[in-house]
Amino acid sequence: MSVDSVFVHKMWNDHELSKMVKGGVPFPMLSDGGGKVGNIFGVYLEDAGVEARGRFIIDPDGIIQGYEVLTPPVGRNVMESIRQIQAFQRVRKTKGAEATPSGWKPGKLTLKPGPDLVGKVWEVWKTKMAFDD
Amino acid sequence: MAEEIKAGCARPTGGPVGEKPGAKQEPPQQPMLKEVKTMVTVGKKAPDFTAPAYHKGKFINVKLSDYLGKWVVLCFYPGDFTFV
Repeated sequence: MSVDSVFVHKMWNDHELSKMVKGGVPFPMLSDGGGKVGNIFGVYLEDAGVEARGRFIIDPDGIIQGYEVLTPPVGRNVMESIRQIQAFQRVRKTKGAEATPSGWKPGKLTLKPGPDLVGKVWEVWKTKMAFDD
Repeated sequence: MAEEIKAGCARPTGGPVGEKPGAKQEPPQQPMLKEVKTMVTVGKKAPDFTAPAYHKGKFINVKLSDYLGKWVVLCFYPGDFTFV
């Protein structure tokens, strides 16, 4: 979503993005003239009249589980967004019985918060597990 | 003389110059309600909206609440053709 019109979205997709992604952008490119939606999400930059690079993860109940907002010159990390979605999906699937520690990704250890784990995380989870091998 | 604009990731914009129209007017008697800048909160419902969109050759209308039951990634960006 940006403040551009759907016509400009079409031009950008047809003339540039479709040359980077086969078949073009697979998801809807939303138009937010005047930044009204960006404003309620807190990402509309009034002075510049544009929206910051805001990314919101919304779950199947419509609840915002996470967001990240960057100023224009720095691009996002798609893999990190996917990792966060996988983590939120794991938590949701276990109805909150499992929590995902720092750097978690599928296949890594989750933690089961409860009275027995208090003060014992150091026994089961090591800081090196926060990093990729 | 027209100045060349350096192309950056923030879309260049213009605006009114010089004295603001109506700047000399008396300040309004009633204090204006100050608009409060809001930010959404994690763990709370995303505000619903509709927006026109371009999707695979068609112009469509998208409503966020139509996606209930699915995971949604909503991305904002400064503008088309902004490089990164």
